[in-house]
Amino acid sequence: MVPLSHYLILSAILFTIGMMGVLIRRNVIIIFMSIELMLNAVNLTFIAFSRFLNNLDGHIFAFMVMTVAAAEAAVGLAIVISVFRNKPTVNVDEMNIMKW
Amino acid sequence: MLNYIWLIPLFPLIGFLINGFFGKRISKNTVGYIACGAVGLSFIVAVLSFISLLQLTPEHRVFEKILYTWIDSGSFRAEVGFQLDPLSAIMILVVSGVGFVIHIYSTGYMHDDEGYPRYFSYLNLFTFSMLLLVLANNFLLMFIGWEGVGLCSYLLIGFWFEKKSASDAGKKAFVVNRIGDFGFILAIMLIFVTFGTIDFTEVFHAASDKSHMGIITTTTFTAITLLLFVGAVGKSAQIPLYTWLPDAMEGPTPVSALIHAATMVTAGVYMVARCNILYMLAPISMTVVAGVGAATAIYAASIGLVQNDIKRVLAYSTVSQLGYMFLACGVGAFTAGIFHLMTHAFFKACLFLGSGSVIHAMGGEQDMRKMGGLRAHMPRTYWTFVIASLAIAGIPPFAGFFSKDEILWKALTQGNILLWGIGALAAFMTAFYMFRLIFMTFWGESRVEEEVAKHLHESPGNMTFPLIILAFLSIIGGFVGIPLIKGWNKIDEFLSPVFGGHGAGEAVHHSVSLELGMMMVSIVIALAGIFLAYRMYIIAPGIPERLTERHQIAYRVILNKYYIDEIYDALIVRPIKNGANFLWKGFDVVVVDGTVNGAAYLVEQWSKVMRVIQSGYVRNYAFSMIIGLVIIFLFFM
Amino acid sequence: MEIIAPPIDLTGIMPMIIIAITGILVLIIDLFLKERSKNILIFISLTGVIIAARVSFSQYGGIHYSFHRTFVMDTFSVFFNLIFLLGTALTILISANYIKREEINHGEYYALILFATMGMMLMAGGSDLITIFLGLEIMSISLYILAGFRRTKKESNEAALKYFLLGAFATGFLLYGIAILYGVAGSTNLKDIAASIPGRLFDQKPLLLMGMALLIIGLGFKVASVPFHMWTPDVYEGAPTSITAFMSAGPKAAAFAVFFRIFIDSLGNMEPNWNVIIGIMAVLTMTVGNVLAIAQDNIKRMLAYSSIAHAGYILVALVAANSLGFTSVLFYMLAYTLMNMGAFAIIIILGNKGEEHLNISDYAGLGFKRPLIAFAMSVFMFSMAGIPPMAGFIGKFYIFSAAIKAGYIGLAIIGVINSVISVFYYLRITVIMYMREPVREFNPISLSPLIILALIISVWGTLHLGILPGTIIEFARKSTFAFF
Repeated sequence: MVPLSHYLILSAILFTIGMMGVLIRRNVIIIFMSIELMLNAVNLTFIAFSRFLNNLDGHIFAFMVMTVAAAEAAVGLAIVISVFRNKPTVNVDEMNIMKW
Repeated sequence: MLNYIWLIPLFPLIGFLINGFFGKRISKNTVGYIACGAVGLSFIVAVLSFISLLQLTPEHRVFEKILYTWIDSGSFRAEVGFQLDPLSAIMILVVSGVGFVIHIYSTGYMHDDEGYPRYFSYLNLFTFSMLLLVLANNFLLMFIGWEGVGLCSYLLIGFWFEKKSASDAGKKAFVVNRIGDFGFILAIMLIFVTFGTIDFTEVFHAASDKSHMGIITTTTFTAITLLLFVGAVGKSAQIPLYTWLPDAMEGPTPVSALIHAATMVTAGVYMVARCNILYMLAPISMTVVAGVGAATAIYAASIGLVQNDIKRVLAYSTVSQLGYMFLACGVGAFTAGIFHLMTHAFFKACLFLGSGSVIHAMGGEQDMRKMGGLRAHMPRTYWTFVIASLAIAGIPPFAGFFSKDEILWKALTQGNILLWGIGALAAFMTAFYMFRLIFMTFWGESRVEEEVAKHLHESPGNMTFPLIILAFLSIIGGFVGIPLIKGWNKIDEFLSPVFGGHGAGEAVHHSVSLELGMMMVSIVIALAGIFLAYRMYIIAPGIPERLTERHQIAYRVILNKYYIDEIYDALIVRPIKNGANFLWKGFDVVVVDGTVNGAAYLVEQWSKVMRVIQSGYVRNYAFSMIIGLVIIFLFFM
Repeated sequence: MEIIAPPIDLTGIMPMIIIAITGILVLIIDLFLKERSKNILIFISLTGVIIAARVSFSQYGGIHYSFHRTFVMDTFSVFFNLIFLLGTALTILISANYIKREEINHGEYYALILFATMGMMLMAGGSDLITIFLGLEIMSISLYILAGFRRTKKESNEAALKYFLLGAFATGFLLYGIAILYGVAGSTNLKDIAASIPGRLFDQKPLLLMGMALLIIGLGFKVASVPFHMWTPDVYEGAPTSITAFMSAGPKAAAFAVFFRIFIDSLGNMEPNWNVIIGIMAVLTMTVGNVLAIAQDNIKRMLAYSSIAHAGYILVALVAANSLGFTSVLFYMLAYTLMNMGAFAIIIILGNKGEEHLNISDYAGLGFKRPLIAFAMSVFMFSMAGIPPMAGFIGKFYIFSAAIKAGYIGLAIIGVINSVISVFYYLRITVIMYMREPVREFNPISLSPLIILALIISVWGTLHLGILPGTIIEFARKSTFAFF
């Protein structure tokens, strides 16, 4: 059986990849995908813990996270579209009218 | 009558509300009547309350009127109420009485100003806050009044806000005061946490009780009292937070008289006196209070020597006199401090109003070098001014003599010779600069510009009448505290319940002859100061022509002593003058002002630099979060 | 196998149900309404809010768990519910005219505000990390949309996008923290976590600390504490003004409710580990907020930094972690809601269609032209600066006293210094209103009976809480009995 630490390390790596994606990428859609990756890394942690603790709470939480992620995706993409209508770009660096 | 003391602050509040909201719609006269009437009514109630208080036996002269329960939560309970005891009784009489007189004066002085209703609504709001401050029965309510007077002071200093210097001065006063308030509020919190109450009676009771059991350490008392003193230093313009007061002269002159001479600036002294029980338990704080007071007294007086702006002389003089009051409190002579506070309110208000009358006549000119010979044009202003000056210089039998002498005597017997020396030197300077002011303004040849000279006139009745009242008070105000003769020191007797005996200092008996001797010394000092001023500003400048034709004898005397004048000048006057100039221009402007302004400037610059971090890029924002995460991780490891 | 139906007890979530139903009603009725009769929606929403407040208030006292101890109705959550509902009601009042003026008068606007409110109530009452997370997301997702509600404005778009990206990013951290906490404690229930901590403290401490750090980020983002505050000024500036007002009151209070509940209820045993870090955050938050506010010219942005600074003060109370501190936070959140809403109401009043007049210099001479409005604004500014006798003063006094009582004297001193700094920029508004010549006409201004009502409530509340705070403080103190 694969020990718990392997799952945790994998999810930590995935989470970090997602985090770096948010920091490095410019495309709004890709940033958003990176965030999704972070959430799924968290899901992995939940499931792994759930399995090793013999406790279903983690499973439930993972479902909740997926639901919420779906809702976030819907709202997020809608926001991206409404931004795109005013300014046809998905480059997040071009969105800084407001600063200081 | 005592049950109605809540009326005392209420009247000015009503006056403020009426004038503040409807002032523009009613006629000027009505505004004036409402404002003066409100304060007048307060004064009447104050006098009646005072009489009722006197009818009680001395031990029972503490009356608390609880209005409502402010906070009642768990172990903490605070009630909003007013407390009338001998100390606050004197304060309300001074505040409402002098306030009333100044209100009347203002109707004349501000008559042609566009902001007439605004001015009176601020003035009433100020009176309300000040009365709240002195009548409060707990620290928080006192703090509300404290902040209120600060706010009004700011509004009134910046009253002519079209002038940049005025609005800057207002801002400076507010900011400097806030620095003081910072200490005050911390002190209140510390009191709250230490005693579990903020009520004066309870706190003082607990303090004198618990300290015997050693539950609360001296360190706590020292911390509380020093923090309170920071508040007092800000409000009462002591070193190093005094710079706002001279600048505050940008406001209308009656404001300077009311706020920056008679009432608000004395709030710090009142607060220290009110907390005398706490201070007596913290010897270190007492030393600090006395030290700061003495230093301020001499420092401000020396600056006053070289000022040419008539109001600035008075401003520095106020700072210096406040230093005296703190000196008195610091050596444990709280009665003397409050006594001087009272007499000072009379004569300094009179001086300020007199200077206002002069400025009014001169069409706004404040430079004494452009005055001179005014006594012929405005006799009433002149005579009242002289009386008040004699009072501040400490010439018997005027009011200032008794209170100042009391302070010097207590500084010597309860403090040490150094404090006395500083006080005496400051007294000498006081006499000098006051009479320098009189001689430059009212005596000698007229240096008034011709345009202005045509319009020179005595001020109208509603301005001179207050002067006469205040001058009268400056004459008789001291008689309530005649020393030496048993039973004649009424104020000492009256206040002793508040200061629990330790204010009176009757315990230490010194020989009557020593006290008499010291009294003589202080009179001589004052006379010497006046004489020196007379020499330098009347005899010396016009030596050749004028004196020759008028007074042959005097002329010869002058001529013979001419070299002495030179020596005086070289040995005494010039070093003092240079030193004072250095203190004023060097230390005052660069160091003290620089620190306050510099701090503000630094914060502002820092703000401008820091905002660049807020770049507007999502990436950077996310990055900042990651940095936070890393730091927290590192911290946990 | 026998299936046991779980007992369903709806009393605990009754106020939330009322709000949710009102929201759905608004959505449906909106379909059948013509443009000019949309005012009905305001009254429907307000009625819902008032009923919910009434129901919530009647539930005050005692502790009532429901849904397998995932939701709790105690005095603490009821007090917060009332704050949220007050914030929501005021938001609706100040929105009515504004959304008409800005041509965003859609029914979803009210519905989303109500859904966000429901989310907040779920957060305040959540006693399980699942419910807390759900509440947080219901609130956040509604807010993402509301921030971008002025779809045609670039600023609004940008605000929504920034808020969304960073908010989702922060959610990732929060969730990761929750996952790790779950792994360590074996449960997502707050009480169970608390019970399991002492035993596991030694063998799994690093993991626990890591989870806690991640939670601090997730919640720190929501309450806008430094260094997780960067989104605040941009989002506050770009979002519709009424929504900025809404965001600065309710959601912030909800995030604090969660912050307090998790850190005191669950991680209370870990206090020696987190108090220093939260203390440092509090100091940074106060200082950065106040210092940066000085350099701002846009009033909404200035208020954004000011709200950061206020978050710092409240964190001081969290560090103090005593009954006095909690009382002060409840009181302060209420006071802050009132004064902040009031200030934003005035910003809305002074704007015209197309021109919002957000620059501070646009307020020049307001004191002469519109004395009553200027007076109200001064009350709010003085209150925020902590000048007596306004509500803000009492709140700050309690917070810093709590810090002194808990022995954090340094923290209290820094706090008081910060409130001295804050006077600079609050006073600036007053100075400009009363001591500058007017540069523009204040006509027409968007006064409507509803917004006047909102202003009266806020001015009265700000003054009342300052002059007669007794009842509310006692109420707040009783509301902390859930913890102490």
